[in-house]
Amino acid sequence: MIFKILAKQEMPKLFQVMSANRIIGPVEKGADRNGKTIYAFEPVSQFEKLRLDYTTTSRPAKSYFLPSKETLCTFKVTPQGWDKYVDFNIHEPHIFFGLHACDINALNKLDKVLMNTKYPTPYYTAKRKNMFIVGIECMPQPFCFCKSMGTDTADNGFDMFLTDLGDKYMVEIESARAYNFLENVETSDPTEKEHEEYIACIAEKNRNFCIDVDTTDLTKILDMEFHSDVWKQWGDKCLSCGTCASVCPSCYCYGVEETVNLDLQSAVKTKQLYSCNLLDFAEVAGGHNFRPESGTRLKYRYYHKHRGFVEEFEESLCVGCGRCDESCLADIRVPEVIKSVRTGKREKTESGES
Amino acid sequence: MNHKLDFTNILQESPGKRGETDNGKFEFTYKAEITNVYPLTDTERLYQVQIIDEKKRSQFTFRPGQFVMLELPGIGEAPFSISSSPVRHGDIELCIRRIGNLTNFLAKVERGTQIGIRGPFGTSFPLEEMYGQDVLLIAGGLGLAPLRAPIFSVLENRSRYKNVNIIYGTRQPSELLFTYQYEMWRKFDIDLDIIVEKPDDGWDGEVGLITKVLKDKYADKKDRLRDSTYAIVCGPPVMFTFVCDMLREGGVPMQKMFVSLERRMHCGRGKCCRCNVGSTYTCLKGPVFDYWSIMNMKEAI
Repeated sequence: MIFKILAKQEMPKLFQVMSANRIIGPVEKGADRNGKTIYAFEPVSQFEKLRLDYTTTSRPAKSYFLPSKETLCTFKVTPQGWDKYVDFNIHEPHIFFGLHACDINALNKLDKVLMNTKYPTPYYTAKRKNMFIVGIECMPQPFCFCKSMGTDTADNGFDMFLTDLGDKYMVEIESARAYNFLENVETSDPTEKEHEEYIACIAEKNRNFCIDVDTTDLTKILDMEFHSDVWKQWGDKCLSCGTCASVCPSCYCYGVEETVNLDLQSAVKTKQLYSCNLLDFAEVAGGHNFRPESGTRLKYRYYHKHRGFVEEFEESLCVGCGRCDESCLADIRVPEVIKSVRTGKREKTESGES
Repeated sequence: MNHKLDFTNILQESPGKRGETDNGKFEFTYKAEITNVYPLTDTERLYQVQIIDEKKRSQFTFRPGQFVMLELPGIGEAPFSISSSPVRHGDIELCIRRIGNLTNFLAKVERGTQIGIRGPFGTSFPLEEMYGQDVLLIAGGLGLAPLRAPIFSVLENRSRYKNVNIIYGTRQPSELLFTYQYEMWRKFDIDLDIIVEKPDDGWDGEVGLITKVLKDKYADKKDRLRDSTYAIVCGPPVMFTFVCDMLREGGVPMQKMFVSLERRMHCGRGKCCRCNVGSTYTCLKGPVFDYWSIMNMKEAI
C-alpha cells in the first residue's frame, strides 16, 4: 500500500480531473426538526457542493448499486411466444467520493454474498465493477458502533482513502487508477511527523466511540436464546415498517414481481428491495405465513445479520453504522437488542418506554 | 488528457466463466411448452412441460427432489418441485395446485402455451446412498408432488432397494393425487398405504392420519427401522412434526430421514432471502434436508 500527502488546496484540482466521470458524493440536503444537518449521496458536479466533513447520511449510497426498484428484464409477448431482454442497468463507471469505512465494508460484505458465491448477481456485479471509491476517515457519531463490529477501518474495497490531517490529507492508494488520478496533482511522501499525526488522528477517533456492543459468542447466544421472551417484547414495540432495511447499507433481500404492460404485447420483471420485518416476507401461496408475529420477524433479522452470515462468511452482516437505530420509529436500537438477548432482559431506556 | 475511467463489461470479463458462475446466465430461461395438462383433482393439475430446443432438452438433467422456477412472462415466477422421472431429462412434469396469482393463471392456460423454466435448483434425495436398504416414503396432501420423482427413480431401479413402502394420506378421498398410478406402483412391488381423514360414501380404505399407518405397521419393527431403513417425508408443516417424531422414536436415525421443505423463493439462487429458515437458504441448502439439519435449524418445522 502506498501513502501520499495531499494538500487540501489541491483537492478542487483532483475533483476537476476526476469529474470527467460521474461523481456521487455527500451533499447537504437541509436540516431535521432539531436543526441537525441532513446529508445524502447525490451526483456532484462542483467541488464546493461536496461535504467531505459530513457526519453520516440518513440513507446509504445503496440506490446506486442496489436500487430499491430495478427492472430485471423486459419481455416482448406475441401469440406464439415471448422473448426476454436483459439489461444490468449500468452504462458508465461511477466515482463514489467520500464513503466512510462502514459503507465500504458494507460493500465488501455484499460482494461476498452477491458476487463471490455460486450464481453471482450480475445486476450488482456490473455496478460494483464500475465503481471507483474514494474513502474518507470519519469521527464517530452518537449512534456509531462500527468498532464493535470490526468495521471501523476499511482494509480493502476502495481505490483511495483520505484521512484528514488539518490542512492536508493522508492518502492511502489502493489502485493504479487512483495513482493515475493523483499524478495530476501535487503530492508528497509522508514524513515521520505526518505518520504520527495520522496515528494521533486514529487514536482520537477511537476515543470518541460512545457505544460498545459485546459480540463475543453472539452466534451461540442467539441460538441459546431463540425462545427468549425479549424477542416478543421487542416485537411488540416493532411497527414492522421496514425502515431499518431500507436505510441499511448491507440489506439486500428482495421480491420479484411481473407486470403486463398496457399494450398487452410486452411485460416487465421487477425486483424490489424488501424487508424481513414486513408482514408477508415469509408468506407462501395459499396464505400460510412462516413468520406471522412481528417478534419472529425481528428475530429473524438479527439471526440473518449476526448468525447466519457469520456462519457462512465468518463475519457479521452488520457494519454498525447506526442508521437503522437513528431512523427507527419505535426506538429499537441494535446495541440494546443484542444486549437484551445476552442478558435475557430488556432494560429501560432513556428514549421513552411503552 | 482523457481522465475517463474504462467501463467494465462483466459479460466480456473472464470468458472462462461458465454455468453457475456465468454472469450472463442469471436471467437465463429455457423456453418451454406446456404440451399437456391433466386435471388430477379440483385444484391440482399435472403439467407436462417440454424444453423446446431439442439439444437443451436432452442436456437438461436433474436429481429427484430438485425444483425449477416456472415463469409466465408478465404474470410471475415461482418454484415447483419436479414430479417426473429424471430419465426423461427436459421433458418434465409439474404437479401444481391452483392457489396463488401465478397458479390461478396457469389453471387457465391451454396446452401449447410457451413458458419459461429456470433451474434445476437445490438439493436432492440421496437415492444412491439408499441402495440395499428399505425405503419408506411418506407424503401428506400435495407432498406427494416432490416425492413422485424419487418414487419413479426407485421404480426404475427397483432391484437396488429392499422393501419400498409409500404411505400417503389426504384429508378426503377427492384430494388424492395420481390415483391412476396406484395400481402400477403396487404391481412394481411397492407396498402402498393410502389413508384419508374424512371418508366419503364410496371410500372403503383406511381412515385416519398417517401416523396411524406408521403405528400399525412399524410399532414392532424398531430394529429394522434402525438398521436398514431410509425415510423420505413431505407434507404440510403440521405433519412433519408428528411423522418425524414418530419415526425418530421408531428408530430411524435422523441422518437417514429426509424432508423437503416448502418456502416461497423469489430467486431460487440464494440472493433474495425470502426462503430463509433461521438463516439458511432453503433454495441452496435445501429444499431437501436430512432431519439432523432440520433439528439444527431454527423454525424449520
